[in-house]
Amino acid sequence: MPHRKSLASIWRRIPQRYRGESTMCLNCGRHFFPPRHFCPYCRRKSKIAPYTISGRGKVMSYTVVHVAQEGFERQVPYVIAIVELEEGPKLTAQLCAVEPEDVRIGMPVEMSFRRISEDKDDGIIHYGYKFSPILSPKK
Amino acid sequence: MAGIVGYGAYIPRYRIKVEEIAKVWGKDANSIKKGLNIQEKSVPAVDEDTITIATEAARNALSYAGIDPQGIGAVYVGSESHPYAVKPSAATVAEAINATPVMTAADYEFACKAGTAAIQTCMAMVDSNMVRYGLAIGADTSQGRPGDALEYTAAAGGAAYIIGKEDTIANIEATYSFTTDTPDFWRRAGQEYPRHGARFTGEPAYFKHVRSATEGLLEKGGYSLDEFDYVVFHQPNGKFPIRLAKRMGIPLEKLKVGLLTPMIGNTYSGATPLGLAAVLDIAKPGEMILATSFGSGAGSDSFAIRVTENIHKNERPVQMYASRTKYLSYGEYAKHRRKIRM
Amino acid sequence: MGNVAVIGAGMTKFGELWDKGLEDLIAEAGAKAVNDANIDGEDIQAIYGGNMSAGRFIGQEHIGALIADAIGLTPIPSTRVEAACASGGLALREAYLAVKSGTYDVVVAGGVEKMTDVYSEQVTQTLGGAGDQQWEVFNGVTFPSLYAMMARRHMHDYGTTEEQMAAVAVKNHSNGSKNPYAQFPFKVTLEQVMSSSKVAEPLKLLDCSPITDGAAVVILASEKFARKLPQEPIWIIGSAHTTDTLALHDRKSLTSIEATRLAGRQAMKQAGVTPKDIDLAEVHDCFTIAEIMAMEDLGFSKRGEGGKDVESGKFNLNSELSVNTSGGLKSCGHPVGATGIKQAVEVTWQLRGEAGKRQVDDAKVGLTHNVGGSGATAVVHIFSKEVD
Repeated sequence: MPHRKSLASIWRRIPQRYRGESTMCLNCGRHFFPPRHFCPYCRRKSKIAPYTISGRGKVMSYTVVHVAQEGFERQVPYVIAIVELEEGPKLTAQLCAVEPEDVRIGMPVEMSFRRISEDKDDGIIHYGYKFSPILSPKK
Repeated sequence: MAGIVGYGAYIPRYRIKVEEIAKVWGKDANSIKKGLNIQEKSVPAVDEDTITIATEAARNALSYAGIDPQGIGAVYVGSESHPYAVKPSAATVAEAINATPVMTAADYEFACKAGTAAIQTCMAMVDSNMVRYGLAIGADTSQGRPGDALEYTAAAGGAAYIIGKEDTIANIEATYSFTTDTPDFWRRAGQEYPRHGARFTGEPAYFKHVRSATEGLLEKGGYSLDEFDYVVFHQPNGKFPIRLAKRMGIPLEKLKVGLLTPMIGNTYSGATPLGLAAVLDIAKPGEMILATSFGSGAGSDSFAIRVTENIHKNERPVQMYASRTKYLSYGEYAKHRRKIRM
Repeated sequence: MGNVAVIGAGMTKFGELWDKGLEDLIAEAGAKAVNDANIDGEDIQAIYGGNMSAGRFIGQEHIGALIADAIGLTPIPSTRVEAACASGGLALREAYLAVKSGTYDVVVAGGVEKMTDVYSEQVTQTLGGAGDQQWEVFNGVTFPSLYAMMARRHMHDYGTTEEQMAAVAVKNHSNGSKNPYAQFPFKVTLEQVMSSSKVAEPLKLLDCSPITDGAAVVILASEKFARKLPQEPIWIIGSAHTTDTLALHDRKSLTSIEATRLAGRQAMKQAGVTPKDIDLAEVHDCFTIAEIMAMEDLGFSKRGEGGKDVESGKFNLNSELSVNTSGGLKSCGHPVGATGIKQAVEVTWQLRGEAGKRQVDDAKVGLTHNVGGSGATAVVHIFSKEVD
């Protein structure tokens, strides 16, 4: 049986998962995702400020998952990738709107809004980012 | 006067052909294709629903309009396939586009016309200065009962409209609605699939309401049909809007651009908004658009829209989504539409 | 500070041990190790027990006390140590430090995991806990998918092939076929590995370590105490523990485990050895790519050449360096919390010359390498027959 996630643990990360809100260090210029409370490079000299990711990046590596964790079985086979964002930080996300055989390392991708998983049939639906091939230039 | 400040479309990339569905039920695909004037329909991915479609369309609309989402004071999502029975789709969409928290939001349902009802609400709120911008979205991932005639047409897609008074790309000069209690199509609470009145959905429902609303609009606004360069009618199949246009003496050329159902199916609450978006994608300043939705149960909202000189290129036009296709087998379709229990 | 010796070693058979619970496993391994050490229970002053997730595998927490209870050693202090799949290695490290510091003369370092009492989906979910729940697992990451992304990038950057990864499985099963404690004591062919079902591409089922029950225990002692015993002790001459970011995507490289590189360097520096001095290594082959990266990160292969080296036979039993003589995690099995201790048991047996058909000729120096998660923890130990 899929296990239920804590409501609050999902809710408190909405700004990151829906909108890509994070923080950066003004002292060294490094961007983080997810947000950090202090810069591991500058430590006491950290100057943390908010920023929002552009949502564009490229695939650093990927895999096609055939044996899924609970709650993802219907999506099999699905692609998991590490994406390097334009601003520098890397994150792990599913790729969507692409066939597994068409994925390449270095492929440019952009953020999409998708269902990630759900808590059984009667629990809440978890939404968040996945990445897809870039459709067209966007302002 | 309220108008359209920005708009955006979204259609999932998966398709299933009429042949693929007909084969499963032993039906003759050609007679269905001819009878409904439909070739294939869009199907959402496993991880897409009304909320994700509405969000993608809204993001495209924001990108087109170039406005600060914090200026949006109202978000309405019209759909007959909200993922939750209780918990607003509109709140999730609003969070995802950064329009929260100082705003109002609600979900609408009026079969296939909930999206245009949302546009009307936003117009009223903008005209009364309650909000600077209102966001109205029509989006659906509609379901047809396996084996039912609706299975060939029930599709997925949506379009979003930012309604405001400043820098409009098209002004909504008039709107007119026509509503009665007509039981042509429904889905009871807790039921998975809708039921419909078969041929009863035609004359007393679709044709009566769309025509009445359209004629009411012409009379109210003092327009003649000839003034309109484009006409968008709700399109439950590819046949009804053409039949109505013929009856009303509207040249099919004017209907063609906004008639998407033959290639993507009936996107329900997304249908008229998407048809209108396809027209705006190519419309020129000064051109006039007539758009009339239809929602079973039953009602129609009709709009007279004049394109302004602010109209500009849409980087993500309807045709780009319509031509992005990946075909599914019926088995894959059943998996996507959760017809397979896991 | 004095030297630290391994004076006793014991383990259960690894496998799907349907008739044994966690307490049975640790009691069996503990009794074997104590007997092997020729000591009495009264001699033991503290316990460090590696266990990743009894809470989620069997619903049991408070594993420190449970171990002391199971092996009849209450009321001595007993501490559970957790670092995902490196829990065992880290328990050994904590036990080593306790003796090295002079606090105790004799301590138990144990590791145990009971994984088969839950459905395999729950095992997948629990092992996923070794990664970052919120920023990896939430998005659909499985544990194999993390190593699969390292494998894909290694293939992209260095031309490593799926056949080279499969060669790791073939070698380790060949070793494991000679180990009576192994879960899968049989050989596999390259074709069998290559045609096994896909788990997370490019990793296939036979690239992955299995779900295993088992326990292993070693007894550590101060030099003073060890010298009084009739048997020859084995010495721990290097010990290191490093950490890195929890999420794979935050690491500097996807093709190298930095924590391994640093821990290996620190442990070898302390031991005063170089990779050339090492006769055998038990490394963390949770997936075949992990062994290839370990060979590079520990300095046994040049960067990018781990795949070629394993394919060439360089790491076969009694070749240049004997790697994973026990069969590794792949063939011997991977009861996560026990693995790091099992590695120490195997190296102890090898250095004593008690490894039977898989004995490494003239083995003098051995290394163990235990990794937590996708590389957020690494623990390296170096063992020797001789000590200064």
